[in-house]
Amino acid sequence: MKKIINDPKRVVDESVAGFGLAHADLVRVEFDPIRVVRADAPIAGKVGIVSGGGSGHEPLHAGYVGFGMLDAAVPGAVFTSPTPDPILAATKAVDGGAGVLHIVKNYTGDVLNFETAADLAAADGIEVRSVVTNDDVAVKDSLYTAGRRGVAGTVLVEKIAGAAAERGDSLDEVVAVAERVNASARSMGLALTPCIVPHAGEPSFTLAEDEIEIGIGIHGEPGRERVKLEPADRLVDRLLEPILEDLPYERGERALLFVNGMGGTPQIELYLAYRRAAEVLEERGIEIARSLVGNYITALEMQGMSITLLKLDDEMIELWDAPVQTAALRWGR
Amino acid sequence: MIEGGISVGLDITWAVDWVRRSAQVIADHRVELITLDREIGDGDHGENMDRGFQAVLPKLDDLAAGSTPGDVLKLVATTLISTVGGAAGPLYGTAYLKAAAAAGGAVSLDGTAIAAILTAARDGVVSRGKAESGDKTMIDAWTPAVDAADAAAAAGVDAAGVFAAAADAAEAGAVATEPLVARKGRASYLGERSAGHRDPGAESSALLLRAAADAAAASAGA
Repeated sequence: MKKIINDPKRVVDESVAGFGLAHADLVRVEFDPIRVVRADAPIAGKVGIVSGGGSGHEPLHAGYVGFGMLDAAVPGAVFTSPTPDPILAATKAVDGGAGVLHIVKNYTGDVLNFETAADLAAADGIEVRSVVTNDDVAVKDSLYTAGRRGVAGTVLVEKIAGAAAERGDSLDEVVAVAERVNASARSMGLALTPCIVPHAGEPSFTLAEDEIEIGIGIHGEPGRERVKLEPADRLVDRLLEPILEDLPYERGERALLFVNGMGGTPQIELYLAYRRAAEVLEERGIEIARSLVGNYITALEMQGMSITLLKLDDEMIELWDAPVQTAALRWGR
Repeated sequence: MIEGGISVGLDITWAVDWVRRSAQVIADHRVELITLDREIGDGDHGENMDRGFQAVLPKLDDLAAGSTPGDVLKLVATTLISTVGGAAGPLYGTAYLKAAAAAGGAVSLDGTAIAAILTAARDGVVSRGKAESGDKTMIDAWTPAVDAADAAAAAGVDAAGVFAAAADAAEAGAVATEPLVARKGRASYLGERSAGHRDPGAESSALLLRAAADAAAASAGA
Protein backbone atom coordinates (compact mmCIF):
# COMPACT_ATOMS: atom_id res chain seq x y z
CA MET A 1 0.00 0.00 0.00
CA LYS A 2 1.37 3.40 -0.97
CA LYS A 3 -0.60 6.34 0.42
CA ILE A 4 0.17 9.89 1.50
CA ILE A 5 -0.74 9.32 5.13
CA ASN A 6 0.82 9.37 8.58
CA ASP A 7 -0.97 7.12 11.09
CA PRO A 8 -3.83 5.15 9.45
CA LYS A 9 -5.96 5.85 12.53
CA ARG A 10 -5.50 9.63 12.12
CA VAL A 11 -6.34 9.87 8.40
CA VAL A 12 -9.81 11.35 8.78
CA ASP A 13 -8.93 13.79 11.57
CA GLU A 14 -5.85 15.08 9.77
CA SER A 15 -7.60 15.37 6.41
CA VAL A 16 -10.62 17.16 7.84
CA ALA A 17 -8.30 19.50 9.77
CA GLY A 18 -6.59 20.36 6.48
CA PHE A 19 -9.96 20.88 4.82
CA GLY A 20 -10.92 23.33 7.56
CA LEU A 21 -7.69 25.30 7.12
CA ALA A 22 -8.03 25.40 3.34
CA HIS A 23 -11.64 26.54 3.40
CA ALA A 24 -11.86 28.68 6.51
CA ASP A 25 -13.96 31.18 4.55
CA LEU A 26 -16.66 28.54 4.02
CA VAL A 27 -16.61 26.25 7.03
CA ARG A 28 -15.49 25.75 10.56
CA VAL A 29 -14.27 22.34 11.65
CA GLU A 30 -15.12 21.24 15.16
CA PHE A 31 -13.61 18.22 16.91
CA ASP A 32 -14.76 15.89 19.71
CA PRO A 33 -16.93 14.88 18.05
CA ILE A 34 -15.76 15.78 14.55
CA ARG A 35 -18.05 17.75 12.21
CA VAL A 36 -17.76 20.35 9.45
CA VAL A 37 -20.17 23.26 9.85
CA ARG A 38 -20.94 26.12 7.50
CA ALA A 39 -19.09 29.22 8.71
CA ASP A 40 -22.23 31.31 9.22
CA ALA A 41 -24.42 28.59 10.78
CA PRO A 42 -26.92 28.60 12.30
CA ILE A 43 -28.90 30.87 10.01
CA ALA A 44 -32.06 32.10 11.71
CA GLY A 45 -35.22 30.98 9.95
CA LYS A 46 -33.45 28.77 7.40
CA VAL A 47 -33.90 25.00 7.27
CA GLY A 48 -30.58 23.40 8.23
CA ILE A 49 -29.31 20.52 6.11
CA VAL A 50 -26.97 17.90 7.52
CA SER A 51 -25.46 15.01 5.65
CA GLY A 52 -22.67 12.62 6.44
CA GLY A 53 -21.40 9.13 6.21
CA GLY A 54 -18.17 7.23 6.04
CA SER A 55 -15.11 9.13 4.81
CA GLY A 56 -13.32 8.15 1.62
CA HIS A 57 -15.95 9.61 -0.75
CA GLU A 58 -14.46 13.10 -0.96
CA PRO A 59 -15.50 15.70 -1.91
CA LEU A 60 -18.74 14.22 -0.49
CA HIS A 61 -19.88 15.46 2.04
CA ALA A 62 -17.65 18.20 3.52
CA GLY A 63 -16.92 19.56 0.05
CA TYR A 64 -20.59 20.48 -0.25
CA VAL A 65 -20.86 22.53 2.94
CA GLY A 66 -21.48 26.19 2.22
CA PHE A 67 -23.92 28.67 0.74
CA GLY A 68 -26.72 27.01 -1.20
CA MET A 69 -25.96 23.42 -0.23
CA LEU A 70 -25.21 21.74 3.14
CA ASP A 71 -25.07 23.42 6.54
CA ALA A 72 -23.01 20.61 8.04
CA ALA A 73 -21.27 17.39 7.12
CA VAL A 74 -20.40 14.61 9.52
CA PRO A 75 -17.42 12.50 8.43
CA GLY A 76 -17.20 9.00 9.88
CA ALA A 77 -14.18 6.75 9.82
CA VAL A 78 -13.23 5.60 6.30
CA PHE A 79 -16.25 3.78 4.84
CA THR A 80 -17.92 3.70 8.26
CA SER A 81 -20.99 5.67 9.23
CA PRO A 82 -20.43 8.30 11.89
CA THR A 83 -21.89 7.59 15.32
CA PRO A 84 -24.96 9.48 16.57
CA ASP A 85 -22.95 11.93 18.76
CA PRO A 86 -21.39 14.03 15.97
CA ILE A 87 -24.60 13.88 13.94
CA LEU A 88 -26.47 15.28 16.94
CA ALA A 89 -23.81 17.95 17.51
CA ALA A 90 -24.00 18.99 13.84
CA THR A 91 -27.80 19.04 13.95
CA LYS A 92 -27.75 21.37 16.96
CA ALA A 93 -25.10 23.58 15.33
CA VAL A 94 -27.23 24.25 12.23
CA ASP A 95 -30.67 24.52 13.81
CA GLY A 96 -31.89 28.00 12.96
CA GLY A 97 -35.38 27.35 14.29
CA ALA A 98 -36.90 26.17 10.99
CA GLY A 99 -36.03 22.51 11.45
CA VAL A 100 -33.25 20.31 10.15
CA LEU A 101 -33.14 17.89 7.24
CA HIS A 102 -30.88 14.84 7.37
CA ILE A 103 -29.84 13.54 3.95
CA VAL A 104 -28.81 9.92 4.45
CA LYS A 105 -27.46 7.44 1.93
CA ASN A 106 -29.25 4.12 2.18
CA TYR A 107 -26.66 1.95 3.88
CA THR A 108 -27.66 0.05 7.01
CA GLY A 109 -25.11 1.75 9.26
CA ASP A 110 -25.88 5.29 8.08
CA VAL A 111 -29.61 4.79 8.44
CA LEU A 112 -29.33 3.36 11.98
CA ASN A 113 -26.93 6.04 13.27
CA PHE A 114 -28.84 8.95 11.72
CA GLU A 115 -32.11 7.52 13.11
CA THR A 116 -30.64 7.44 16.60
CA ALA A 117 -29.31 11.00 16.23
CA ALA A 118 -32.69 12.23 14.95
CA ASP A 119 -34.41 10.70 18.00
CA LEU A 120 -31.93 12.42 20.31
CA ALA A 121 -32.36 15.77 18.49
CA ALA A 122 -36.14 15.45 18.71
CA ALA A 123 -35.76 14.88 22.45
CA ASP A 124 -33.92 18.23 22.53
CA GLY A 125 -36.84 19.92 20.77
CA ILE A 126 -35.35 20.13 17.26
CA GLU A 127 -37.64 19.13 14.40
CA VAL A 128 -35.69 16.69 12.23
CA ARG A 129 -36.81 15.04 9.02
CA SER A 130 -34.83 12.52 7.03
CA VAL A 131 -34.59 11.78 3.34
CA VAL A 132 -32.85 8.49 2.55
CA THR A 133 -31.32 8.42 -0.92
CA ASN A 134 -31.47 5.15 -2.87
CA ASP A 135 -30.69 5.85 -6.53
CA ASP A 136 -28.53 2.78 -7.28
CA VAL A 137 -30.22 0.57 -9.87
CA ALA A 138 -27.48 -2.08 -9.55
CA VAL A 139 -29.45 -3.54 -6.66
CA LYS A 140 -32.22 -5.27 -8.55
CA ASP A 141 -34.07 -7.06 -5.82
CA SER A 142 -34.80 -4.67 -2.99
CA LEU A 143 -36.96 -7.26 -1.27
CA TYR A 144 -34.03 -9.57 -0.53
CA THR A 145 -31.41 -6.97 0.22
CA ALA A 146 -31.02 -3.95 2.47
CA GLY A 147 -32.56 -2.01 -0.45
CA ARG A 148 -31.07 0.16 -3.13
CA ARG A 149 -28.00 2.07 -2.07
CA GLY A 150 -27.64 5.82 -2.00
CA VAL A 151 -24.85 6.77 -4.39
CA ALA A 152 -24.11 9.64 -6.80
CA GLY A 153 -27.71 10.87 -6.89
CA THR A 154 -27.04 12.06 -3.33
CA VAL A 155 -24.90 14.92 -4.68
CA LEU A 156 -27.82 16.13 -6.78
CA VAL A 157 -30.24 15.84 -3.85
CA GLU A 158 -27.86 17.89 -1.68
CA LYS A 159 -27.46 20.63 -4.30
CA ILE A 160 -31.14 21.00 -5.11
CA ALA A 161 -32.47 20.66 -1.55
CA GLY A 162 -29.73 23.06 -0.43
CA ALA A 163 -30.92 25.67 -2.93
CA ALA A 164 -34.50 25.22 -1.76
CA ALA A 165 -33.47 25.79 1.85
CA GLU A 166 -31.35 28.80 0.87
CA ARG A 167 -34.30 30.53 -0.81
CA GLY A 168 -36.33 30.11 2.36
CA ASP A 169 -38.49 27.06 1.71
CA SER A 170 -40.09 25.43 4.76
CA LEU A 171 -38.91 22.09 6.11
CA ASP A 172 -41.87 20.35 4.46
CA GLU A 173 -41.03 21.95 1.12
CA VAL A 174 -37.33 21.11 1.33
CA VAL A 175 -38.17 17.51 2.23
CA ALA A 176 -40.60 17.32 -0.69
CA VAL A 177 -38.09 18.53 -3.27
CA ALA A 178 -35.34 16.30 -1.85
CA GLU A 179 -37.63 13.29 -2.13
CA ARG A 180 -38.64 14.27 -5.65
CA VAL A 181 -35.01 14.51 -6.77
CA ASN A 182 -34.18 11.16 -5.19
CA ALA A 183 -37.21 9.54 -6.84
CA SER A 184 -36.19 11.01 -10.21
CA ALA A 185 -32.52 9.97 -10.07
CA ARG A 186 -31.02 6.65 -11.15
CA SER A 187 -27.37 5.62 -10.96
CA MET A 188 -25.15 2.72 -11.85
CA GLY A 189 -21.40 2.30 -11.38
CA LEU A 190 -18.48 0.11 -12.34
CA ALA A 191 -14.96 -0.45 -11.07
CA LEU A 192 -11.76 -1.23 -12.96
CA THR A 193 -9.68 -1.58 -9.80
CA PRO A 194 -10.40 -2.03 -6.11
CA CYS A 195 -9.60 0.56 -3.46
CA ILE A 196 -7.54 0.22 -0.30
CA VAL A 197 -8.98 1.28 3.06
CA PRO A 198 -6.01 2.81 4.97
CA HIS A 199 -6.43 0.78 8.16
CA ALA A 200 -7.04 -2.45 6.23
CA GLY A 201 -3.92 -1.97 4.11
CA GLU A 202 -5.10 -4.40 1.45
CA PRO A 203 -7.46 -4.08 -1.50
CA SER A 204 -11.13 -4.53 -0.61
CA PHE A 205 -11.44 -7.06 -3.43
CA THR A 206 -9.30 -8.30 -6.28
CA LEU A 207 -9.88 -8.05 -9.99
CA ALA A 208 -7.85 -9.72 -12.69
CA GLU A 209 -5.95 -7.40 -15.02
CA ASP A 210 -8.61 -7.72 -17.74
CA GLU A 211 -11.63 -7.86 -15.42
CA ILE A 212 -14.08 -5.19 -14.24
CA GLU A 213 -16.86 -5.22 -11.68
CA ILE A 214 -20.29 -3.96 -12.76
CA GLY A 215 -22.73 -2.55 -10.23
CA ILE A 216 -20.38 -1.44 -7.47
CA GLY A 217 -21.49 0.85 -4.70
CA ILE A 218 -19.21 3.54 -3.35
CA HIS A 219 -17.34 1.53 -0.73
CA GLY A 220 -15.44 -0.88 -2.92
CA GLU A 221 -18.03 -3.43 -1.97
CA PRO A 222 -18.26 -5.93 -4.78
CA GLY A 223 -21.04 -5.43 -7.28
CA ARG A 224 -23.29 -7.84 -9.13
CA GLU A 225 -21.15 -9.36 -11.85
CA ARG A 226 -17.69 -9.46 -13.26
CA VAL A 227 -17.01 -9.15 -16.94
CA LYS A 228 -13.99 -8.69 -19.17
CA LEU A 229 -12.91 -5.12 -19.82
CA GLU A 230 -14.61 -3.74 -22.93
CA PRO A 231 -14.35 -0.52 -24.95
CA ALA A 232 -15.69 2.59 -23.21
CA ASP A 233 -18.79 2.88 -25.38
CA ARG A 234 -19.91 -0.60 -24.42
CA LEU A 235 -19.26 0.13 -20.73
CA VAL A 236 -21.37 3.27 -20.91
CA ASP A 237 -24.15 1.27 -22.54
CA ARG A 238 -23.96 -1.30 -19.74
CA LEU A 239 -24.53 1.47 -17.20
CA LEU A 240 -27.18 3.40 -19.10
CA GLU A 241 -29.36 0.44 -20.09
CA PRO A 242 -30.52 -0.49 -16.56
CA ILE A 243 -30.93 3.20 -15.70
CA LEU A 244 -33.25 3.86 -18.65
CA GLU A 245 -35.05 0.58 -18.13
CA ASP A 246 -35.74 1.44 -14.50
CA LEU A 247 -36.99 4.98 -15.16
CA PRO A 248 -38.06 5.28 -18.79
CA TYR A 249 -38.07 8.66 -20.55
CA GLU A 250 -40.51 10.04 -23.11
CA ARG A 251 -38.96 11.72 -26.12
CA GLY A 252 -38.39 15.40 -25.32
CA GLU A 253 -38.04 14.92 -21.57
CA ARG A 254 -35.12 16.69 -19.93
CA ALA A 255 -32.33 15.16 -17.91
CA LEU A 256 -29.26 16.07 -15.93
CA LEU A 257 -26.46 13.77 -17.07
CA PHE A 258 -23.87 13.20 -14.36
CA VAL A 259 -20.74 11.20 -15.17
CA ASN A 260 -18.85 10.65 -11.94
CA GLY A 261 -15.35 9.35 -11.38
CA MET A 262 -14.68 6.96 -8.50
CA GLY A 263 -11.46 8.73 -7.51
CA GLY A 264 -8.80 7.12 -9.68
CA THR A 265 -10.21 7.81 -13.13
CA PRO A 266 -8.93 10.87 -14.98
CA GLN A 267 -11.24 13.46 -16.52
CA ILE A 268 -10.04 12.52 -19.99
CA GLU A 269 -11.79 9.16 -19.61
CA LEU A 270 -14.87 10.64 -17.94
CA TYR A 271 -15.44 13.05 -20.82
CA LEU A 272 -14.87 10.25 -23.29
CA ALA A 273 -17.59 8.30 -21.51
CA TYR A 274 -19.82 11.39 -21.40
CA ARG A 275 -19.57 11.65 -25.18
CA ARG A 276 -21.08 8.17 -25.61
CA ALA A 277 -23.75 8.76 -22.94
CA ALA A 278 -24.81 11.97 -24.70
CA GLU A 279 -24.98 10.08 -27.99
CA VAL A 280 -27.27 7.40 -26.50
CA LEU A 281 -29.56 10.00 -24.93
CA GLU A 282 -29.78 11.93 -28.18
CA GLU A 283 -30.77 8.75 -30.04
CA ARG A 284 -33.61 8.33 -27.55
CA GLY A 285 -34.74 11.93 -27.86
CA ILE A 286 -33.80 12.85 -24.30
CA GLU A 287 -32.68 16.45 -23.91
CA ILE A 288 -29.58 16.89 -21.74
CA ALA A 289 -30.61 20.12 -20.04
CA ARG A 290 -27.80 20.13 -17.47
CA SER A 291 -24.62 18.13 -16.91
CA LEU A 292 -21.94 17.41 -14.35
CA VAL A 293 -18.66 15.60 -15.03
CA GLY A 294 -15.91 14.89 -12.53
CA ASN A 295 -14.92 13.15 -9.31
CA TYR A 296 -17.77 14.22 -7.02
CA ILE A 297 -18.48 11.07 -4.98
CA THR A 298 -15.61 8.66 -4.85
CA ALA A 299 -14.31 5.44 -3.35
CA LEU A 300 -10.78 6.47 -2.37
CA GLU A 301 -8.40 5.69 -5.26
CA MET A 302 -10.73 3.32 -7.08
CA GLN A 303 -10.63 3.48 -10.86
CA GLY A 304 -14.14 3.46 -12.24
CA MET A 305 -17.15 5.62 -12.87
CA SER A 306 -20.84 5.92 -12.32
CA ILE A 307 -23.53 7.44 -14.46
CA THR A 308 -26.52 9.20 -12.95
CA LEU A 309 -29.52 10.42 -14.85
CA LEU A 310 -31.89 12.85 -13.14
CA LYS A 311 -35.23 13.53 -14.78
CA LEU A 312 -35.60 17.30 -14.51
CA ASP A 313 -38.59 19.58 -14.09
CA ASP A 314 -38.61 23.40 -14.17
CA GLU A 315 -38.22 23.79 -10.42
CA MET A 316 -35.29 21.38 -10.25
CA ILE A 317 -33.54 23.29 -13.06
CA GLU A 318 -34.09 26.59 -11.29
CA LEU A 319 -32.71 25.17 -8.03
CA TRP A 320 -29.79 23.48 -9.81
CA ASP A 321 -28.86 26.82 -11.39
CA ALA A 322 -29.20 28.73 -8.11
CA PRO A 323 -25.95 30.09 -6.65
CA VAL A 324 -23.77 27.69 -4.69
CA GLN A 325 -20.48 28.32 -2.91
CA THR A 326 -18.80 25.25 -1.51
CA ALA A 327 -15.34 23.76 -1.80
CA ALA A 328 -16.38 21.37 -4.57
CA LEU A 329 -19.25 23.10 -6.36
CA ARG A 330 -19.46 26.81 -6.90
CA TRP A 331 -21.22 28.98 -9.39
CA GLY A 332 -23.45 32.05 -9.66
CA ARG A 333 -22.02 33.89 -6.68
CA MET B 1 -28.17 -20.15 43.82
CA ILE B 2 -25.83 -21.86 46.28
CA GLU B 3 -24.21 -25.17 45.47
CA GLY B 4 -21.65 -26.73 47.78
CA GLY B 5 -21.26 -23.41 49.51
CA ILE B 6 -20.10 -21.60 46.32
CA SER B 7 -22.32 -18.93 44.81
CA VAL B 8 -22.69 -19.66 41.10
CA GLY B 9 -24.68 -16.55 40.24
CA LEU B 10 -22.81 -14.08 38.04
CA ASP B 11 -21.99 -10.75 39.65
CA ILE B 12 -20.15 -7.51 38.96
CA THR B 13 -16.78 -9.24 38.98
CA TRP B 14 -17.95 -11.53 36.21
CA ALA B 15 -19.40 -8.61 34.23
CA VAL B 16 -16.15 -6.64 34.36
CA ASP B 17 -14.15 -9.75 33.52
CA TRP B 18 -16.45 -10.38 30.53
CA VAL B 19 -15.79 -6.90 29.17
CA ARG B 20 -12.02 -7.29 29.58
CA ARG B 21 -12.08 -10.69 27.90
CA SER B 22 -14.29 -9.26 25.14
CA ALA B 23 -11.82 -6.47 24.44
CA GLN B 24 -8.99 -9.02 24.36
CA VAL B 25 -10.76 -11.49 22.09
CA ILE B 26 -11.85 -8.77 19.66
CA ALA B 27 -8.30 -7.40 19.55
CA ASP B 28 -6.95 -10.92 18.98
CA HIS B 29 -9.44 -11.51 16.13
CA ARG B 30 -9.38 -8.00 14.68
CA VAL B 31 -7.62 -9.03 11.48
CA GLU B 32 -9.79 -12.13 11.06
CA LEU B 33 -12.96 -10.01 11.36
CA ILE B 34 -11.60 -7.46 8.91
CA THR B 35 -10.83 -10.25 6.46
CA LEU B 36 -14.27 -11.83 6.80
CA ASP B 37 -15.89 -8.44 6.28
CA ARG B 38 -13.71 -7.60 3.32
CA GLU B 39 -14.85 -10.78 1.58
CA ILE B 40 -18.55 -9.90 1.66
CA GLY B 41 -18.76 -6.38 3.03
CA ASP B 42 -16.47 -3.40 3.34
CA GLY B 43 -13.73 -4.62 5.65
CA ASP B 44 -14.29 -2.40 8.66
CA HIS B 45 -15.90 -4.72 11.23
CA GLY B 46 -12.77 -5.77 13.13
CA GLU B 47 -11.43 -2.22 13.22
CA ASN B 48 -14.70 -0.75 14.47
CA MET B 49 -15.36 -3.38 17.13
CA ASP B 50 -11.77 -3.11 18.38
CA ARG B 51 -12.09 0.67 18.63
CA GLY B 52 -15.34 0.28 20.59
CA PHE B 53 -14.14 -2.25 23.14
CA GLN B 54 -10.81 -0.48 23.66
CA ALA B 55 -12.88 2.62 24.49
CA VAL B 56 -14.85 0.69 27.12
CA LEU B 57 -11.77 -0.51 29.03
CA PRO B 58 -10.70 2.76 30.71
CA LYS B 59 -14.31 3.45 31.68
CA LEU B 60 -14.43 0.28 33.79
CA ASP B 61 -12.16 2.02 36.29
CA ASP B 62 -14.77 4.73 36.79
CA LEU B 63 -17.57 2.37 37.80
CA ALA B 64 -19.07 3.47 41.10
CA ALA B 65 -18.87 1.17 44.12
CA GLY B 66 -21.94 -1.01 44.28
CA SER B 67 -22.38 -1.15 40.50
CA THR B 68 -24.33 -4.11 39.17
CA PRO B 69 -23.85 -6.29 36.06
CA GLY B 70 -26.65 -4.21 34.51
CA ASP B 71 -24.59 -1.04 35.02
CA VAL B 72 -21.66 -2.64 33.20
CA LEU B 73 -23.87 -3.72 30.30
CA LYS B 74 -25.25 -0.20 30.02
CA LEU B 75 -21.73 1.25 30.03
CA VAL B 76 -20.78 -1.06 27.18
CA ALA B 77 -23.95 -0.09 25.29
CA THR B 78 -23.44 3.67 25.44
CA THR B 79 -19.74 3.40 24.64
CA LEU B 80 -20.28 1.15 21.62
CA ILE B 81 -23.06 3.42 20.31
CA SER B 82 -20.79 6.46 20.48
CA THR B 83 -17.56 4.88 19.21
CA VAL B 84 -18.19 1.99 16.82
CA GLY B 85 -20.24 3.54 14.00
CA GLY B 86 -21.35 1.53 10.98
CA ALA B 87 -24.24 -0.86 11.49
CA ALA B 88 -22.45 -2.75 14.26
CA GLY B 89 -22.45 0.25 16.64
CA PRO B 90 -26.22 0.73 16.85
CA LEU B 91 -26.91 -3.02 16.66
CA TYR B 92 -24.51 -4.09 19.42
CA GLY B 93 -25.39 -0.95 21.37
CA THR B 94 -29.04 -1.94 21.28
CA ALA B 95 -28.19 -5.53 22.27
CA TYR B 96 -26.26 -4.42 25.37
CA LEU B 97 -28.86 -1.78 26.24
CA LYS B 98 -31.71 -4.31 26.16
CA ALA B 99 -29.56 -6.77 28.09
CA ALA B 100 -28.92 -4.10 30.73
CA ALA B 101 -32.64 -3.43 31.04
CA ALA B 102 -33.34 -7.15 31.44
CA ALA B 103 -30.61 -7.44 34.08
CA GLY B 104 -32.15 -4.55 35.98
CA GLY B 105 -30.59 -3.86 39.36
CA ALA B 106 -29.85 -7.50 40.15
CA VAL B 107 -26.58 -8.01 42.01
CA SER B 108 -26.27 -11.63 40.89
CA LEU B 109 -27.65 -13.37 37.83
CA ASP B 110 -28.68 -17.03 37.73
CA GLY B 111 -29.17 -19.24 34.69
CA THR B 112 -32.77 -18.13 34.15
CA ALA B 113 -31.76 -14.47 34.32
CA ILE B 114 -28.96 -15.05 31.80
CA ALA B 115 -31.38 -16.69 29.37
CA ALA B 116 -33.75 -13.72 29.75
CA ILE B 117 -30.90 -11.26 29.16
CA LEU B 118 -29.78 -13.03 25.99
CA THR B 119 -33.37 -13.12 24.73
CA ALA B 120 -33.77 -9.38 25.33
CA ALA B 121 -30.49 -8.64 23.54
CA ARG B 122 -31.47 -10.74 20.53
CA ASP B 123 -34.94 -9.19 20.35
CA GLY B 124 -33.37 -5.73 20.44
CA VAL B 125 -31.12 -6.51 17.48
CA VAL B 126 -34.05 -7.94 15.52
CA SER B 127 -36.23 -4.89 16.11
CA ARG B 128 -33.40 -2.49 15.16
CA GLY B 129 -31.97 -4.31 12.16
CA LYS B 130 -35.11 -6.07 10.91
CA ALA B 131 -33.16 -9.23 10.06
CA GLU B 132 -34.62 -12.71 10.35
CA SER B 133 -33.00 -16.08 10.86
CA GLY B 134 -31.29 -17.24 7.69
CA ASP B 135 -30.57 -13.71 6.42
CA LYS B 136 -26.83 -14.29 7.09
CA THR B 137 -26.44 -11.78 9.90
CA MET B 138 -25.50 -11.78 13.59
CA ILE B 139 -29.01 -13.05 14.28
CA ASP B 140 -27.92 -16.43 12.93
CA ALA B 141 -25.54 -16.69 15.89
CA TRP B 142 -27.88 -15.08 18.41
CA THR B 143 -31.04 -17.08 17.86
CA PRO B 144 -29.44 -20.54 18.30
CA ALA B 145 -27.65 -19.11 21.35
CA VAL B 146 -30.91 -17.91 22.86
CA ASP B 147 -32.62 -21.23 22.14
CA ALA B 148 -29.76 -23.17 23.74
CA ALA B 149 -29.68 -20.83 26.73
CA ASP B 150 -33.44 -21.23 27.25
CA ALA B 151 -33.19 -25.02 27.10
CA ALA B 152 -30.26 -25.08 29.51
CA ALA B 153 -31.96 -22.72 31.96
CA ALA B 154 -35.16 -24.78 31.81
CA ALA B 155 -33.09 -27.86 32.64
CA GLY B 156 -31.81 -26.13 35.75
CA VAL B 157 -28.27 -25.55 34.55
CA ASP B 158 -26.38 -22.77 36.37
CA ALA B 159 -25.41 -19.43 34.84
CA ALA B 160 -21.99 -20.57 33.64
CA GLY B 161 -23.56 -23.61 32.03
CA VAL B 162 -26.19 -21.47 30.31
CA PHE B 163 -23.49 -19.25 28.83
CA ALA B 164 -21.46 -22.28 27.76
CA ALA B 165 -24.49 -23.67 25.92
CA ALA B 166 -25.16 -20.27 24.33
CA ALA B 167 -21.54 -19.90 23.21
CA ASP B 168 -21.46 -23.39 21.67
CA ALA B 169 -24.68 -22.71 19.77
CA ALA B 170 -23.50 -19.25 18.62
CA GLU B 171 -20.27 -20.73 17.25
CA ALA B 172 -22.19 -23.39 15.36
CA GLY B 173 -24.59 -20.71 14.14
CA ALA B 174 -21.73 -18.55 12.88
CA VAL B 175 -20.23 -21.48 10.99
CA ALA B 176 -23.68 -22.26 9.57
CA THR B 177 -23.85 -18.79 7.95
CA GLU B 178 -21.18 -19.85 5.47
CA PRO B 179 -23.46 -21.39 2.81
CA LEU B 180 -26.20 -18.79 3.26
CA VAL B 181 -27.05 -16.06 0.75
CA ALA B 182 -27.19 -12.70 2.54
CA ARG B 183 -30.51 -10.88 2.58
CA LYS B 184 -29.68 -8.03 4.95
CA GLY B 185 -26.73 -5.74 5.51
CA ARG B 186 -24.02 -4.88 3.04
CA ALA B 187 -23.35 -8.49 2.04
CA SER B 188 -26.88 -8.65 0.59
CA TYR B 189 -25.67 -6.64 -2.41
CA LEU B 190 -23.55 -9.60 -3.44
CA GLY B 191 -26.54 -11.88 -3.85
CA GLU B 192 -25.49 -15.46 -4.58
CA ARG B 193 -21.83 -14.51 -4.35
CA SER B 194 -22.18 -13.99 -0.59
CA ALA B 195 -22.50 -17.77 -0.17
CA GLY B 196 -19.30 -19.51 0.91
CA HIS B 197 -18.25 -16.83 3.39
CA ARG B 198 -18.90 -16.62 7.12
CA ASP B 199 -20.82 -13.57 8.31
CA PRO B 200 -18.46 -11.31 10.31
CA GLY B 201 -21.25 -10.10 12.64
CA ALA B 202 -22.21 -13.67 13.50
CA GLU B 203 -18.54 -14.42 14.13
CA SER B 204 -18.03 -11.44 16.47
CA SER B 205 -21.24 -12.37 18.30
CA ALA B 206 -19.94 -15.90 18.87
CA LEU B 207 -16.60 -14.52 20.11
CA LEU B 208 -18.33 -12.24 22.62
CA LEU B 209 -20.58 -15.02 23.94
CA ARG B 210 -17.55 -17.32 24.29
CA ALA B 211 -15.82 -14.58 26.29
CA ALA B 212 -18.90 -14.41 28.55
CA ALA B 213 -18.86 -18.18 29.03
CA ASP B 214 -15.11 -18.18 29.78
CA ALA B 215 -15.57 -15.38 32.32
CA ALA B 216 -18.46 -17.30 33.89
CA ALA B 217 -16.43 -20.52 34.09
CA ALA B 218 -13.56 -18.62 35.72
CA SER B 219 -15.98 -17.01 38.14
CA ALA B 220 -17.62 -20.36 39.04
CA GLY B 221 -14.21 -21.94 39.57
CA ALA B 222 -12.96 -19.10 41.74
